Amino acid sequence: MSLPILVFVLLALSVAGYVLGRGRAMASAGGDARKLHSLPNYYGWFGFLVALLPAALVLLLWLPAQSVVIDTQVSAMISDRSAAESSRGLVMSDVERVAEGLDLAVDAGVLTEEQAASIRTEFTDVRERLGEVGVALGSDVTSETLQAAQRYRALSSTGDLLRTLAVVAAALAGLAFVYRRADSTFRARNAVEAVVRWILILAASIAILTTVGIILSLIFNTVEFFSLYPAWDFFFGLTWSPSFGGGSELGILPLLWATLYISFIALAVSVPIGLFAAIYLSEYAGPAVRAVAKPLLEVLAGIPTIVYGLFALLTVGPLLVDIFGDGGVLGVGWMGGGTAVMTAGLVMGIMLIPFVSSLSDDIINAVPQAMRDGSLGLGATHSETVKQVILPAALPGIVGAILLAGSRAIGETMIVVLGAGAAARLSLNPFEAMTTVTAKIVSQLTGDADFASPEALVAFALGMTLFVITLGLNVIALYIVRKYREQYE
Amino acid sequence: MNEMPVVDAEAGTLLPKISAKKVQVFYGETHAIKDVDLNIADRTVTAFIGPSGCGKSTFLRCLNRMNDTIDICRVEGDIRIDGEDIYDPKVDPVQLRAKVGMVFQKPNPFPKSIYDNIAYGPRIHGLSRSKADLDEIVANSLQKAGLYEEVKDRLDEPGTGLSGGQQQRLCIARAIAVSPEVILMDEPCSALDPIATAKIEELIDELRENYTIVIVTHSMQQAARVSQRTAFFHLGNLVEEGETKEIFTNPTDRRTQDYITGRFG
Repeated sequence: MSLPILVFVLLALSVAGYVLGRGRAMASAGGDARKLHSLPNYYGWFGFLVALLPAALVLLLWLPAQSVVIDTQVSAMISDRSAAESSRGLVMSDVERVAEGLDLAVDAGVLTEEQAASIRTEFTDVRERLGEVGVALGSDVTSETLQAAQRYRALSSTGDLLRTLAVVAAALAGLAFVYRRADSTFRARNAVEAVVRWILILAASIAILTTVGIILSLIFNTVEFFSLYPAWDFFFGLTWSPSFGGGSELGILPLLWATLYISFIALAVSVPIGLFAAIYLSEYAGPAVRAVAKPLLEVLAGIPTIVYGLFALLTVGPLLVDIFGDGGVLGVGWMGGGTAVMTAGLVMGIMLIPFVSSLSDDIINAVPQAMRDGSLGLGATHSETVKQVILPAALPGIVGAILLAGSRAIGETMIVVLGAGAAARLSLNPFEAMTTVTAKIVSQLTGDADFASPEALVAFALGMTLFVITLGLNVIALYIVRKYREQYE
Repeated sequence: MNEMPVVDAEAGTLLPKISAKKVQVFYGETHAIKDVDLNIADRTVTAFIGPSGCGKSTFLRCLNRMNDTIDICRVEGDIRIDGEDIYDPKVDPVQLRAKVGMVFQKPNPFPKSIYDNIAYGPRIHGLSRSKADLDEIVANSLQKAGLYEEVKDRLDEPGTGLSGGQQQRLCIARAIAVSPEVILMDEPCSALDPIATAKIEELIDELRENYTIVIVTHSMQQAARVSQRTAFFHLGNLVEEGETKEIFTNPTDRRTQDYITGRFG
C-alpha cells in the first residue's frame, strides 16, 4: 500500500475511533450524557487520538528505519571494485534511479512485474527500455547495478507491506483499547487534555531543537573550515580575497568592519527618529493622531527588505551621489558610485525606525500613570515629566530595544547586497563601497560551490561569528532589561 | 478634639484659603460634580467623605487642576485660592501645582534614589542655589515627613525599596519639598497597614500647623481622627459641610446620618 493511501486509511481508522469511543461511552451511560464523567465528544476525541497517535508514531519511526535497512542490504551487494570507480553514494543513487525506472515501467505497462524482476542486462538494453518510459540514465546499466536495483525493489515492496501491516495493527490495537476503556466512568476529558498538553510541549521543543540543530550544523562546518584554514588568519586577516583556484586570503576584519560601520549608521538614524516618534506617539499625540500614525509607522516594518534594497539602489544611492559625488551639489567628490556604506546605512536606518519606535512606544506606555501623576502633581511640566521621570524609568527597556535593533542591523542582508556594494575593504570613508559578513555569506555559497573548499566553508565560519555576535547582543539586552527593570510597585 | 483653626471660614471676616462656587465637572456625558459650593479654611485639615463614586476625588483633583490631564474632563464654575481664580487662562497649571501639592492613593515614588525623589521638585523649580542648599531642603523635608531618622544613611538607595508606609511618607516629603501652601491627599492610607496609617495620621496632624490640608478618605474613623472640618459628598452633590464633630455627632441631613451610621456606602 503506498504511503498516501496508508495515511488515508489511518485517518479513516481514527475517525472510526472517534465514533467508537463516543458510541461506547454513550451506550454504557444508557444514552444519558449526564451520567458520563466527561462530555461525549471527549470520548470521541479520546478514541480518535488513541487510534491515530501510536500508529502515526510507528509510521514515523518506520520510514527512516526502512530506508536505512534497505540501503545497508543493497549497498553490501555493490562490489568494492565498482564502488572504487565512483563513490559508493553515486552508485547507490544510480541503483535508486534504476529501481524507480522499473517501477515506472511496470506502472506504464511496458514491463510486467515478473519481467521487471527477472530482466537481465545480458539480454536487454535496460537503458533504452527505461528511456522509453521517460527515465533517463547517465550511463549504461551494469549487471551489478540492475541486480542491486531489483533487490532494492524486492526489499522495498516487502518493507512497504510490513509497514502497512504494522501501522494498521497499531491502529486496530488502539481501537481495541478504546473499546475496552470507553465507559461512563472513564476520565476521557483528563486523558484528552493530557495528550493536548504533550502536543503543546512537542511544539515548543521543536523550536528549541531546531535552534540546536542550526547551531550544531554551523559548529561542525566551522570546525571543518578551521582545519583547512588557520583561525588566526581568519579572525585577524586584513584582506578578504577569496579565489576558488586556491591562495585565498579570508580575513574577516574588513567584512566585520563594514558590518559594524553600516549598523552604526543605521542605529544613528533609527534610534533618535524612532525614539522621538515613540515619545510623540505615546505622550503627546491625541487618540485620533495615534490611531492613524501608529499603524502607518508600522507599515514600514512590513515592507520586505529587498524593496528597501531597491530603494537604496535606485533612489538613495543616486541622491547621495548628487550631493557628495563628483560634480555634486557640495562639489566635494567624496563618493564614486551609488553603492556605499552611507547608502546602505541610511536605508537600513529607515527600516529600523518602526522597530525602535514600536518597542519604545510599548515600553513608555508601560510606565504607570502614577509616575506621571506624581511628577505633574509636583508642578513639573509635561516635558520635564517625560525627560526626568518617564524616560529614565523606561530606559532599560529602550536600551534593550536598541540592542535588538542592532542585532537586526548586523544580520540584515538584502539592503547591503544592493546598497553597499561588493568590495571588501577597510576604510573610514562612509561614501565608499564596502561589503558585509552577510553579503559575503551569500556570495560564497551561491553558484557552483564545492563544499569541501575553504572558500565555501568560510561561509559557515562567517555565519557562526555573526551568530555569536548577535547572540551576545541579545543576551546583554535581556540582562540589561532584567537587571534594571524598575519595580514600580 | 483639636483646637479650632486660626481662621474661621464661616465667620467670613477673613478669606478662606480655597473657595469654590457652583463647580460642575463633566466626564464626557457624565455629570460627575453638581453645583458644589465649598470654602476650605487655611491651616486646617478638611476631610472629604462619601461613598465610592460620589465625586470627592474628582473634586479634589479640581483644586490643583490635575483633571486637565484627562482629555474628556471639563470643569465649570469658579475656584479661587487666596482669592485668585485658578481656572483663569492667565494661571499656569504647572505653577499652581507647585503651590498645591498632591499625595496619591498608592505610594508612587519615582524609580530614583530617595534623595533624588525629594530633590526632583526643588530642582525643577530652581529652589536651591547650591548643592548644600538642596541637601538641606531634602533633609528638612524628610524630617517634616518623619522619615529622616529611618533613611538618613541610605539616601542613595532607590525609593521604591522602602516599605509602603515609608514610600507614602517619602511622597509626602516630596510634596513638602517644593514648599506648597496646600496639600491634597487622595486616600493616602488606603494601601497601608494600621501602623503605617497611624504614623501618616500623626504626620497630618503635625503638618496642619503650616499647611492647608484636604484629605479624601473612605474611613470615617480617620476623618474623625485627623480633620477639623468634614464635607460629605453623595452622587456628585456636596450634601453637608461643617465641623467634624458636628458632622459626626449631629448631622443635619438624613443622607449624612445614613452614611456615618453605616446604612449605605
